[in-house]
Amino acid sequence: MKYEAGLQKDRAEKKSLIIEHLHSLQDANPKQFLSEDDLKKCAKEFNLTMAEVYGIASYYSMFSLKPRGKYIIRLCKSSVCHMMGAENMASKIESLCKTKFGNTSANDLFTLEYAECLGQCEKAPAMMINKNVHGSLNPESLEKIIENLKKENA
Amino acid sequence: MIAEKRISLARIEKINADSIDDSLKAGAYNGLKKALTMNPEEMIEKFEKSGLRGRGGAGFPTGLKQKFTRSSCLDCEKYIICNADEGEPGTFKDRVIMERDPHMLIEGMIIAAYVIGASRGFIYIRGEYQRSIEVLQKAIEDSNKNGFLGENVLGSGFNFNLELRLGAGSYLCGEELTLLESLEGKRGYPRIKPPFPAQKGLWESPTLINNVETFSHLPAILNEGLDWYTSLGTEESKGTKIFTITGRVQKPGFYEMEMGCTLRELLFDIAGGMKDGYEFKGALLGGAAGTFVDESFLDIPLAYETLKARGATLGSGAILVLDQETDMPSLLHNLMDFFKHESCGKCVPCRVGTTMLTEMAAKLKNEPELIHKMTKEAHYMAETSLCPLGQSPILPLKSYREYYS
Ligand SMILES: Cc1cc2nc3c(=O)[nH]c(=O)nc-3n(C[C@H](O)[C@H](O)[C@H](O)COP(=O)(O)O)c2cc1C
Ligand code: SF4
Ligand code: FES
Repeated sequence: MKYEAGLQKDRAEKKSLIIEHLHSLQDANPKQFLSEDDLKKCAKEFNLTMAEVYGIASYYSMFSLKPRGKYIIRLCKSSVCHMMGAENMASKIESLCKTKFGNTSANDLFTLEYAECLGQCEKAPAMMINKNVHGSLNPESLEKIIENLKKENA
Repeated sequence: MIAEKRISLARIEKINADSIDDSLKAGAYNGLKKALTMNPEEMIEKFEKSGLRGRGGAGFPTGLKQKFTRSSCLDCEKYIICNADEGEPGTFKDRVIMERDPHMLIEGMIIAAYVIGASRGFIYIRGEYQRSIEVLQKAIEDSNKNGFLGENVLGSGFNFNLELRLGAGSYLCGEELTLLESLEGKRGYPRIKPPFPAQKGLWESPTLINNVETFSHLPAILNEGLDWYTSLGTEESKGTKIFTITGRVQKPGFYEMEMGCTLRELLFDIAGGMKDGYEFKGALLGGAAGTFVDESFLDIPLAYETLKARGATLGSGAILVLDQETDMPSLLHNLMDFFKHESCGKCVPCRVGTTMLTEMAAKLKNEPELIHKMTKEAHYMAETSLCPLGQSPILPLKSYREYYS
């Protein structure tokens, strides 16, 4: 009996790494999302059903189940950024990236997403591009940041 | 004139966060060395007497929580968890501690683990905090290498392993019982209380959960002593608190103040006052799950008891300053939309209620009397929702009705 309890405990402890594992699968995917294949890999690794893995992956907002562009722009829309002009930034970003929030640009360069408070509120309005934070945004700084990325990928 | 008083942030200007040597020179782990020579029960008594209360928002007495967790079983496995999910809009104090003095947090956690008798700990950190994650990873490694973590901590016979666990974008996972579900690798659905984590937490074992800032007070209490600590703050709010002040102020940012300073002191003496052309109209204290206040609060001490007496909360210490141009109905709509987005949908009152509140808030500008209906709905939610998220919208709504409608 004792070793069975031990096994169960090991399994439970391992499961606490599932979010880490999904992060690393998503980071390794060139399209920055969790493909069906990724979910299968995860299910196998943790000895879970696909339904369970899907349930976890679909719950958390940092995980995407559809392919994304090279740069994921996550604009904060929570209270401080809202008050400091996030909505104007959103329309500026849409026009610079030539796509709408919730979508990926035709050239697969930009995916636009809204996020809740990113913990960068002293620099509101703020956003993240992949893992980097950009704060104190205004139309000019946005233009510079996004045009630079476009140039790097021209 | 009033000045900052730093405990959690005492070293941030003096050290490079990536260097444990810097931190050691500035006094890191001295509190731990003291702790290892002391009796855990005596130490708990000390933390109880210090008056320290949880800095994650609810303000629960820290020593008491340690006592419950320690006494919940004597020889069984116990765990310790740091809540570093920091998702309350307007709050970024924990990030500052983690990015700039990770050893302050780690030392606090080791002390707490020793006190309750835990041999494993986890820092549950939000996935967006990339820099904090990197700094903490290195700091944990360095702390292990220097014998503060791992087997036989500083030769004391006490073992303690500390690991990071990442979140992935969910405000609700900052709620302690939901955090446990997420840490166990599940969807972030809340658990029913009781049992409390102190009785049955991670993997059904007694678990102590505290906020980053809470842990970071423990070393100083041991180093500087009770008399010093209890001389800071007010009757029921001891020590210091980091406030994060945002909005149209001259110097938005983080400021660690003695508890009981006033909003006027914080805003005008410390944060430089309002930006040119803007007038102070009020504030939102404590984030989305916080309360609106008006000018009449400028001279009320920022402390648990004084704010509570006026129906307001300190919450996480977030202060969003409002000015004459702030579109209040739009801000309220933003808060309702936040709750709607973060509601997990498990129970009907909150799932339906947050949607209804968002819809009504959208019409509030043209139909100001809707605020009464909204408050009623939020009251109903507060009484029937499963977890504290559904019990939160009433806070901003009621105070909005009082001061801004
Ligand atoms: C919806 C919700 C979100 C929360 N988010 C956080 C958080 O991000 N960080 C935190 O420390 N506490 C958060 N809390 C409070 C925790 O449930 C808990 O009270 C806290 O971690 C206890 O630590 P303390 O006693 O040191 O404050 C949240 C509570 C609720 C209801
Ligand atoms: S109150 Fe809201 S967040 Fe909490 S369980 Fe119910 S639906 Fe989920
Ligand atoms: S409200 Fe936008 S970063 Fe906090």
